[in-house]
Amino acid sequence: MTNNTINKIRLVQGNEACALGAIKAGATFYSGYPITPSTEVAEHIANKFPRIGRHFIQMEDEIASIGAAIGASTVGHKAFTATSGPGFSLMQELIGYAAIAEIPVVIINVMRAGPSTGLPTMPAAGDVQQARWGTHGDHSIIAISPNSVMETYYETINAFNLAEQYRTPVLLMMDEKVGHLRERFEEDEANEPVIMYRPAPKEGEKFVPYANVECGVPHILPLGKGERYHITGLTHGETGFYTAQPKAVSKFVGRLSDKIELNVDKIAKIEENYTDDAEVLVLSYGSSARSAHEAVKTLREQGHKVGMVRLITLWPFHDAKIAALCEGKKAVIVPEMNLGQMAREVQRVAKGVPVLPMCRVDGDLMTPDEIIAKVKEVL
Amino acid sequence: MSKKSFNVQFKEEWCKACGICIMMCPAGVLAANIDSKAMVVAEDKCIGCLACELHCPDFCFYVKEKGENDK
Amino acid sequence: MRPVYEKYFRDNIPHIWCAGCGNGIVMSAFARAIEKLGYDQDDVMVVSGIGCSSRMTTYIDFNTLHTAHGRALAFATGAKLSEPRLKMFVIMGAGDAAAIGGNHFIHSCRRNIDITAIIINNAIYGMTGGQYSPLTPTGKKATTAPYGNIDRAFDIVELSRGAGATYVARGDIYHAAQLTNQIVDAANHKGFSVLEVVSTCPISYGRYNKMPKPTDMMQYIKDNTVSVQKAATMTADELKDKIIIGEHFKIENVPEYTEEHNKLVAEVKKDYLEKLKGGAK
Repeated sequence: MTNNTINKIRLVQGNEACALGAIKAGATFYSGYPITPSTEVAEHIANKFPRIGRHFIQMEDEIASIGAAIGASTVGHKAFTATSGPGFSLMQELIGYAAIAEIPVVIINVMRAGPSTGLPTMPAAGDVQQARWGTHGDHSIIAISPNSVMETYYETINAFNLAEQYRTPVLLMMDEKVGHLRERFEEDEANEPVIMYRPAPKEGEKFVPYANVECGVPHILPLGKGERYHITGLTHGETGFYTAQPKAVSKFVGRLSDKIELNVDKIAKIEENYTDDAEVLVLSYGSSARSAHEAVKTLREQGHKVGMVRLITLWPFHDAKIAALCEGKKAVIVPEMNLGQMAREVQRVAKGVPVLPMCRVDGDLMTPDEIIAKVKEVL
Repeated sequence: MSKKSFNVQFKEEWCKACGICIMMCPAGVLAANIDSKAMVVAEDKCIGCLACELHCPDFCFYVKEKGENDK
Repeated sequence: MRPVYEKYFRDNIPHIWCAGCGNGIVMSAFARAIEKLGYDQDDVMVVSGIGCSSRMTTYIDFNTLHTAHGRALAFATGAKLSEPRLKMFVIMGAGDAAAIGGNHFIHSCRRNIDITAIIINNAIYGMTGGQYSPLTPTGKKATTAPYGNIDRAFDIVELSRGAGATYVARGDIYHAAQLTNQIVDAANHKGFSVLEVVSTCPISYGRYNKMPKPTDMMQYIKDNTVSVQKAATMTADELKDKIIIGEHFKIENVPEYTEEHNKLVAEVKKDYLEKLKGGAK
């Protein structure tokens, strides 16, 4: 190996990979408040951003952090923040603001055991339903769960792209283990990621910031660049001003949800392994999925017909695809580090198929052996 | 010496009858009508202090000095 | 023919504010101030929170951002830091600045970021029907203080000063001509400028406190305001319950946040690029 090659392969921590992904995606603004186990994201950005002329600020609390990020996004910057459970809870109101005002923003949540202060240094996946419904009111959301260092890098880029494409907040739901583990970091130079930007009006096209367009996502311009308009968290019409007219409200709230829910095919990433002739399915995500994959691999080596489904995208949940994968199975086992938050989604769509939650909420990781034992119970 | 004279434009449809302009006018230009809304009763008394324009919360007033063109 | 500053109004007037509400007077003063300052409308960004005063951003033709209760300064900080060329104004009510938004307020003061904060203080929570606020004087009535407010009120001037703001002034809607100039002065100061504007809510505060007519409240302000200069000659007893108006506090040449930030970034970037060049040998 030449010096060049050696320099390109590094041992990198998940949180750092997240920071590197944000930089690659073209993020130019970070505002945050330290919280274990996400603090390294902020520290890497504090270190790297000034070198490349970008903006880092540590705000006074998590609410100010998400507020500042949204503020920066309104004037055209790709902005993000990073936090964990307690901070994620504080941010909910403004996540809803970004949702209704259709402002792209990325929120990194490196999940730790909760509720409340919980176990600050231990992994969990207890924020999964909160990611979907944490903020009040009807809305849709995009949430991604990477489970390796390289995947964190690429999915952070993907998070920014989706935020821009769909004019929505996007949640990157890592867990403490993914955030803190170190793995080989090597970019796939043959496949440069495409970097996307929020849709701008075409030449000569009239600018209507909240137009109820067919595709669901209206074009947008930054404030301060020559088109003056109004952004508000009040329910609004196509020009962005408050309306309480039932027809307009209904159309708007519907579009807000539909733009993500009806595009689930394009947005949701689901990884399948050994599913073709599987009799039993193991469905997981995050760190638990690493153990699940190992378990399923072992079971296959032992001759058992077991399949593995991994959700990379948690929300929107692909009802149709998951239902199809579950159909006809003896059972679907869902190992997760919470009390069955994703299992209930699978139960909802897997009509007639027994869905068995496998819950671990003690701060420790699920082990492959545990999963193997559980699968063998139903085989 | 010719005294300056002023045009007092008043948009009645925006008036919410708060009474502030009548209180603030030092020259007796304004009074309340039967609905408590303001009305210009003595435009010739206007001294151009702009108190009405500055204090109307509903932007009803525009006070302009009468130029030669307006005669 | 209409006044020249009306070019700063959108075409959705008349506004929703009640008869005699001070917000319209402040909005008019703001438009006049922008005309005096000569800013390009495309360079002006106005951020507001939630409340009657915060509705102002609906009616004025600038880059307007109507945020969540108490959070206007956080949004404004993000926008200003990333686009420092924007002339940043934040319009807030009492709750926005001193209750739910208190933390963001004191930190904005501390940072000395170049934002002009206009706090419209009508001593009540008007939008929600008249509850008391951290700026409601002791003893006054409100829907959530039906027997009289036992709370003490903040003095925004002292709060700003203590938190590190470098320009603090107080105006009111009676002295409306002065108000335009106060907005101009606050905007011209580089750093975090606080302008508290004592205003009126005749519908709630007025009615609950024996001043039901808009003119009653206007008279109250007229009778109880005293200039900074005059106040300096008065005793503590004479000043009791008086509202002291004028420029209270100004320090120039305190490092402004966006400038310090950009200076640091420029230095670090330069060093980094030099290091890279050196390493490539």
